[in-house]
Amino acid sequence: MTTTPSLTAEELCLGYGDRTVVSDLDLAVAPGAITVIVGANACGKSTLLRAMSRLLTPRAGRVVLDGRQVHRMPAKELARTLGLLPQSPIAPEGITVADLVGRGRHPHQGVFSRWNERDDAAVAEALDATQTAELADRAVDELSGGQRQRVWIAMALAQQTDVLLLDEPTTFLDPSHQVEVLDLLTDLNQARGTTIVMVLHDLNLAARYADRLVAMAGGRVHAQGEPAEVLTEETVRAVFGLESRVITDPTSGRPLMLPIGRHRVFEPAAD
Amino acid sequence: MSADLLLRPTTGSPVTSAADVARGRTRRARRRRTVTLVLLVLVVAGFAVSLMFGRTFYPASDVLRVVLGEQVPGASFTVGRLRLPRAVLAVFAGFAFGLAGVTFQTMLRNPLASPDVIGISSGASAAAAVGIIVLGLNGTAVSVLAIVAALGVALLVYVLAFRDGVVGTRLILMGIGVAAMLDSVTAYALSRAAEWDLQEAMRWLTGSLNGAGWNQVVPTVVAVLVLAPVLLWQSRNLSALQLGEDTAAALGVRVERTRIVLIVAAVGLIAFATAAAGPIAFVAFLSGPIAARIVGPGGSLLVPSALVGALLVLVADFVGQYALGTRYPVGVVTGVLGAPYLVYLIVRTHRAGSSL
Repeated sequence: MTTTPSLTAEELCLGYGDRTVVSDLDLAVAPGAITVIVGANACGKSTLLRAMSRLLTPRAGRVVLDGRQVHRMPAKELARTLGLLPQSPIAPEGITVADLVGRGRHPHQGVFSRWNERDDAAVAEALDATQTAELADRAVDELSGGQRQRVWIAMALAQQTDVLLLDEPTTFLDPSHQVEVLDLLTDLNQARGTTIVMVLHDLNLAARYADRLVAMAGGRVHAQGEPAEVLTEETVRAVFGLESRVITDPTSGRPLMLPIGRHRVFEPAAD
Repeated sequence: MSADLLLRPTTGSPVTSAADVARGRTRRARRRRTVTLVLLVLVVAGFAVSLMFGRTFYPASDVLRVVLGEQVPGASFTVGRLRLPRAVLAVFAGFAFGLAGVTFQTMLRNPLASPDVIGISSGASAAAAVGIIVLGLNGTAVSVLAIVAALGVALLVYVLAFRDGVVGTRLILMGIGVAAMLDSVTAYALSRAAEWDLQEAMRWLTGSLNGAGWNQVVPTVVAVLVLAPVLLWQSRNLSALQLGEDTAAALGVRVERTRIVLIVAAVGLIAFATAAAGPIAFVAFLSGPIAARIVGPGGSLLVPSALVGALLVLVADFVGQYALGTRYPVGVVTGVLGAPYLVYLIVRTHRAGSSL
């Protein structure tokens, strides 16, 4: 195993058209850890992920992977070190699980090089790690949402990168499959030391699975650090404009956020 | 990174080996190879049949001698001057349409997004018709004009459909509109012709191999020999693009560059083939889906659909010439095949609840 590469964003400004989404952002991703980015809708978290994987060219600033600017690296070389699972990847009609996972080998193959044993081994390992081996010959469009998401993660694993970025990998999944996917990513992080950066919507799952939590607001990093430092009632108010109580999760010891709305709240007791 | 065992689940499902993966992959690859080989044999057989059969039958030995350049009374003219260029054009134009069609359909992830539906063939056809009938051009000049027009139409449709990125549906609808406008340009050019020539009209409206001569055939053959390898070289990038632009980029594909290379090469194929044979109706549109049906999912469809295209044009031309009493141009026959499929596709996508 090579040493885990470092990934940092420096003075990053991002936008689409004449709309600025992220301005002057600095972020150092902890190598070998799970970093989870949270924030309100349209706060720039997905945009940041896109820029870090070079899907979006920064207006200013840079993303640096092991001392090299990702926007100046050859595309395939970057794709062998840094992988991204977008929010809604598209499965070609009728493609089998094994073939789809095999597509993850693209950056390891040249134009004329043939598929080899290392590619087969990488696919087999990815299928096993995601427990999708028994689905290998099934068509992806026949699978349930949870199975499909495991297959997409398998494709990203077959890419064999040291850094893996995921944009809301648990969207559209029911709670058990959400936990399953996050457990799988934690296994991957612990077994291989893969650096994981993901955007999650669910603050409590984010706090439970993150080694480092990054809260974004208005295109900037509002707070970052260990979940217990970041997920506080003040942060939730500042980032989401939401009143809440944060207690300690009895199962994990991590912070647990309970939102407070206008209804269904006990009158404050006169204690 | 080797196939380390760190990630194997400790309990539960049995461990998958590289050999298991290889077995499944080989099985699927074998089907594609077999289908491709069968298609190749059928194209060669269709080519041979269209040289031998017709109003007069010439045995294979005579045909072979003519092809090798010997003088055979009767056969030298009928086979050498009439049937051979026609059959060669059928194979290469069909190959070009099939290959370009599946490239567009795969890249835009929509079977309706074929160059003959989104106006590119119409552009090439209108330019060729104007070039020949109004401007009095011929040979290479017509091909060049057709290419410029086809690329122009591709660019125009792309620009018209662009609004925060290009959505397949919008591009298809814009393309259908542009195609309708260009078809009227073709009709206008035909109405300006000094003498109304039905043969010419049929060629530019539906596609026809009538009167194919070597000066039309050679540019198409050269275009296929140059541009088909370009598309095959991009085949893996095209497969990655099928997963969506973001996923492809994350896999190390330079999306914009790949797309430009694919579009220019596919449009070039369409333009050359159209300049020689007209926009043979629906061949580009039908070849990919037919190939997908017989090859099965997963692998690249480029070569199988190119062969399906060649076979479609060969067979349709043979049927149009000899099987129907009256002689019909090839595009009429392929049109009869293609139109119901177009209706079927639209009905099916509507049932699925999406628009187009």
